[in-house]
Amino acid sequence: MTAWDKFLDAFFNAKVMAKYLPDILAGTLLTIELAILIVVSGILAGLLLALVRSLSFRPLNLLIIFVVDLLRSLPPLVIIVLLYFGMPSAGWSPSGFMSTWLSLSLVLMAFSEEIFWAGITSVHKGQWEASRSTGLGFGQTLMNVVLPQALRLTIAPLTNRTIAITKGTALGTVVALHEILGMASSAVSNSYNPSPLILGSAAYLILFIPVVIAARWIEKKYSWKR
Amino acid sequence: MEEIVDNFFNVDIAVGAMSIVIDGLLNTILLSLMVVPLGFLSGLGLAVMAQSKSRAVRWPLMAWVDFFRAFPPLVLLVLLFAGLPFMGLELGGFACVAVAFMLNNSAYYGEILRAGIDSVPHGQIEAARSTGLSGGQAMVYVVLPQAIRNVLPDLLSNTLEVVKLTSLGSVVAVPELLYQARQAQSATFNPTPIVMAAVIYFLILWPLVRLLSRLENRALAGRG
Repeated sequence: MTAWDKFLDAFFNAKVMAKYLPDILAGTLLTIELAILIVVSGILAGLLLALVRSLSFRPLNLLIIFVVDLLRSLPPLVIIVLLYFGMPSAGWSPSGFMSTWLSLSLVLMAFSEEIFWAGITSVHKGQWEASRSTGLGFGQTLMNVVLPQALRLTIAPLTNRTIAITKGTALGTVVALHEILGMASSAVSNSYNPSPLILGSAAYLILFIPVVIAARWIEKKYSWKR
Repeated sequence: MEEIVDNFFNVDIAVGAMSIVIDGLLNTILLSLMVVPLGFLSGLGLAVMAQSKSRAVRWPLMAWVDFFRAFPPLVLLVLLFAGLPFMGLELGGFACVAVAFMLNNSAYYGEILRAGIDSVPHGQIEAARSTGLSGGQAMVYVVLPQAIRNVLPDLLSNTLEVVKLTSLGSVVAVPELLYQARQAQSATFNPTPIVMAAVIYFLILWPLVRLLSRLENRALAGRG
């Protein structure tokens, strides 16, 4: 066997790949499910926090700022490990799925709150005053005047952050979650062959390359003019 | 309440685990000092090459950047750590982290620096060249200082992410902060060491997060 054959046999072994393809597909479905849940809950929670912050209730705002800062400083993997391995000592044993979903949602919440808040504060004060003076209430001004302008500014940074955080679903492997990387890793140990990892890598690329290309397009369309 | 203190803020356990956790912190710092410059310099290289007028240079660079933006860093790390031995190449956890992060970060730093270089008006280069500076000199002395200043918040933000990302080293047995905390936790059956690690990350990175938050808000203010 030449070196090239050996390489192919190790990394592109068709027999091994065929055997573990169903596992990788199952892992891919789980990754998609988890990613969608994280994006929805993380961004909604972040938007909600930013809206609460716009009420300017000082004690509440300080709490929001602290929580956001905390979640931005901690590595997501540390939060996942803390939930999965730490919480059982407090009488709550979250599953690997729960730990990963909750951790990454919280992290996305923190980052998106910052982005939404920056967007809201970027809307000129005169806009608030003008809307209020036409008789719109605080809520109406926020929803109909400020947010539509603020959200436009947030699209590009939010997309980038969302991609970076949803890629983090791979961290679930550490807490025994059978997403793509988890499936691929156990397939490698079972087959003594790294081909499933190549298959798993391909799955990630198929999932995320279109998103990255879409993000590039969005960035161009909605970029902040400097 | 007492149960929570015993399990998460246990002073005896914390004192016992202190030296292990501090060792981890030192390795985290060491790892960061290695991967941040590696990523920054390779990104800088990509960004400068991206200024090329030739599509044959720019398109592969764009593909490189998109590839690593789509590829989870942990998958890259595991691929190197578990895959390379099958090619007879045993790199060890530390080196795998270095290579994986250099590849991943070259894309991120590269994209940021490219935007920075693009933000410097072209007239600057022409002016610099007309005073007799070479293309390279114009880049190093005129364009890059302004480019870096223009994208400083993004560079800092990415650096924060890189430092946090070093925690992935724990997956390939690099004895950084999270790994050491996990070791101490399994030895004591008490999650206090993990809480210690979290507190250390927070204390070290909080000032940077505060600074970034201010820079970002200032960048957006007045855009409406």
